Amino acid sequence: MSFGVVMLVHTAFDRAEQMVRHWVYGGCPVVVHVDAKVDQPAYDVFKQALGDLENVLFCQRHRCEWGGWGLVAASQTAATLLLDSFPDVRHVYLASGACLPLRPVTELADYLKAHPDTDFIESATTADVPWPVGGLDRERFTLMFPFSWKKQRWLFDRFVKLQQLLRYRRKMPEGLVPHMGSQWWCLTRQTLRAILDDPKRGIYDRFFKLVWIPDESYYQTLVRVHATRIESRSLTLAKFDFQGKPHIFYDDHTALLMRSGCFVARKAWPHAEGLYQSFPRQTTEFLPNQEPNTATIDRIFASAVDRRLRGRHGLFMQSRFPNRDRENGLAAAPYSVFQGFDDVFPDFATWLAKRTEAQVHGHLFARDRVHFASGDTIDRGGLSDSARLRDYNARMFLTNLIWNGRETHQCFQFGPADAQDIRWMLAKDTQARIWVISGAWAVPLFLSRRSASEVRAEAARLQGIEHKFLNVLRSSHARARIQIMTLAEFVEAPTDVLQAIIDEIAGHRGSAVTELPEMANIAGLPAFLQDLKNQGMHPFLTGQLSDKPAIPARRQAAPKPYVIGRK
Amino acid sequence: MRWQRKRWKARARLKSRELTPVANRTSQIAANDILLFCTLRNEDVRLPYFLSYYRNLGVDHFILVDNDSNDGGAAYLANQPDVSLWSTKAGYGDARYGVDWLTYLQGKYADGHWALTVDVDEFFVYPFCDTRPIRALADWLDACEVRSFGAMLLDMYPKGPVSGAVYSRGQDPLEVANWFDAGNYIMTRNKLLRNLWIQGGPRARVFFAEKPKKAPALNKIPFVKWRKPYAYVSSTHMLLPRGLNLVYDQSGGEKTSGILLHAKFLNTFNERASQEAARAEHYQKGQEYQSYAERHGADPTLWSQWSEQYINWRQLEMLGLMSKGNWA
Repeated sequence: MSFGVVMLVHTAFDRAEQMVRHWVYGGCPVVVHVDAKVDQPAYDVFKQALGDLENVLFCQRHRCEWGGWGLVAASQTAATLLLDSFPDVRHVYLASGACLPLRPVTELADYLKAHPDTDFIESATTADVPWPVGGLDRERFTLMFPFSWKKQRWLFDRFVKLQQLLRYRRKMPEGLVPHMGSQWWCLTRQTLRAILDDPKRGIYDRFFKLVWIPDESYYQTLVRVHATRIESRSLTLAKFDFQGKPHIFYDDHTALLMRSGCFVARKAWPHAEGLYQSFPRQTTEFLPNQEPNTATIDRIFASAVDRRLRGRHGLFMQSRFPNRDRENGLAAAPYSVFQGFDDVFPDFATWLAKRTEAQVHGHLFARDRVHFASGDTIDRGGLSDSARLRDYNARMFLTNLIWNGRETHQCFQFGPADAQDIRWMLAKDTQARIWVISGAWAVPLFLSRRSASEVRAEAARLQGIEHKFLNVLRSSHARARIQIMTLAEFVEAPTDVLQAIIDEIAGHRGSAVTELPEMANIAGLPAFLQDLKNQGMHPFLTGQLSDKPAIPARRQAAPKPYVIGRK
Repeated sequence: MRWQRKRWKARARLKSRELTPVANRTSQIAANDILLFCTLRNEDVRLPYFLSYYRNLGVDHFILVDNDSNDGGAAYLANQPDVSLWSTKAGYGDARYGVDWLTYLQGKYADGHWALTVDVDEFFVYPFCDTRPIRALADWLDACEVRSFGAMLLDMYPKGPVSGAVYSRGQDPLEVANWFDAGNYIMTRNKLLRNLWIQGGPRARVFFAEKPKKAPALNKIPFVKWRKPYAYVSSTHMLLPRGLNLVYDQSGGEKTSGILLHAKFLNTFNERASQEAARAEHYQKGQEYQSYAERHGADPTLWSQWSEQYINWRQLEMLGLMSKGNWA
């Protein structure tokens, strides 16, 4: 046979035995390294179980700690034994007990025969490729790591800090350029011999003994010195999560692995009966030279990492509850908030819904109840129209509403008469588009036909609340898209504003605004506002309405300290 | 915090005197076995399906406390080969709703095991639970060095009045009550114990709209790699040491989480609500039950046009009620 296998085993011996038999029955000699931490009786049982096989050797055992030198020492010892004992071996494949061969041994043998001088080892320079795990990449080589990351984390961290503080740097042995990659490789006899018999191996080994996770860098660096032709990829399919731990394959991955055309996958869950029954495949379905195709698998595991690190935007749930300002956007989708529009156009919601495909709610935060677009007492996701339930957690009421209908653009009316708890959230949310006609609350007061003296207190209250809201919108923390105009400015050119709103919501599907919604009859409003002023209540947020004022208008009043408002 | 935990542990030792072993098969428990803990009272009708559901998931041993049942359920349980049963006649409320009894048994038998603590009407669902046994989840959590796993309580209810969900012994309760609320859950962080406090769902909507603060808590951490010093604080809502309560990500990512399908609203419910309200042994003197009992004559309907019908865990994942996290 053209290749031999070095197998590192530390647990799940029944599976390991199964795998050894697979390789041996396929014609490959196997050298097994069993972790020295495994107790003698268990080791003996395992060795005995494989006693009937000729081409299986057990090498001297080393202690293997994750991230330590032991794994490299183990593969060195085992590889030496393999090369010495089986002179026919052209390639050496490094595998573990949890590696699951997918395709028949003969296919791998043919593939390697077709690439007689190629070393399959993932090997990337640390200078160019950031290696994501643990926040250390180049420093793996320039610092010393005498402590175990798993068992002596405190010492490990302190010692790294200390070296960083002292600006300590180790010197790389001459001629070496640091490279890293997957620890599972398949090397040619020539390359492996050259690495193992290198006259400077003593120097190299001493250096790598204090490198962090040397099994991901020792061979990866040294092949660059000795190899003639490197394919920088591993023949073993191994996916890693965001902490650098290998993803595990289960029964439900069978179809996926079947299609991938990979030779070996790791790691398989030892109890995944279905996987171990389906693989290794006995019959060949691929052309001998079929290259592995892992696009689907890559995508699935990349999206898992993405979900774990960034999550679904706008979702607040039992296992995603970002701290303030770590939300990646508060709500799940863009939404629009309209203040004052329904005062000027009583039918604004219907009009807007007809011209865009948006869902246009009424006053969601009204004091009496939630006014959903449907008018029902319950809305999508089971949101209740109870004002008390809503106010109990107004922020989450809104994030739930947007999440539940995240495939549509949602809009709602807002105003100074509504519950104000969410104003900071609205201002800070990059998904919010907020349109305010300031002072529009004066319109319904005017239309109520009550005298200025009767509505004076109410007007002052509304103005005070709106003023606070505008201050929030104008604060430096506001991140929403915000448009504020006075009532006077708006009635000058309502079409332009409405067109902008439709364009923002409907995008290129928006049509030109040809007819305006019916406007409330505001003839006489300026006089009403003047009456309010005469009562001592200056409606400074309405702007200067120029509709034939009864009394020649004075200059627009700035906010004055004596304006009566509610704190 | 430490003293609070010690207090609960001491209390559990004290309360352990109320327990009498009925069938103790704990000698069968092997290293690495997955254990289930549960307190129950007059649940005979639910027991066969409950046991078979969790046996299917791969639970190895059941450790149960029978609180003075008189419906024959205890005898049924005592005959099961993988059940260890204790019984007590003492008050449920006085034992902090059963937590004291279970804390004692967990400290004694669960050290070093993955322990699932649920009620008889709670059905644990986790990502890939249709293809991967609970052992796979435990192994994966071990590999990630995660010690506790959250699963929000999701109230399931029938279409129409609750009395219409007629349940018979051995049946899957989700056949008769398989609707739920998908998107009305609210949560805040408990600064002291660091857990999330989740409320909402049909009970908040129908029974507690006027007093939302009193709505029942839905956050649960039922699956824990148990250590002797651990203790649940209130039902399985939170634990001490409080680091175990951090089952959620705080920087925008999603941790892996599951759901406890809560099949409480069956035709057995109305009768039970009035019984329990009279007994007043439940949390906050059974206020929740009294609330139900007030509406008892009306026979509550929880279903609405926006209710979702349960299909599988993938649906719950998509709706954002649970998450695969980085388990793929």
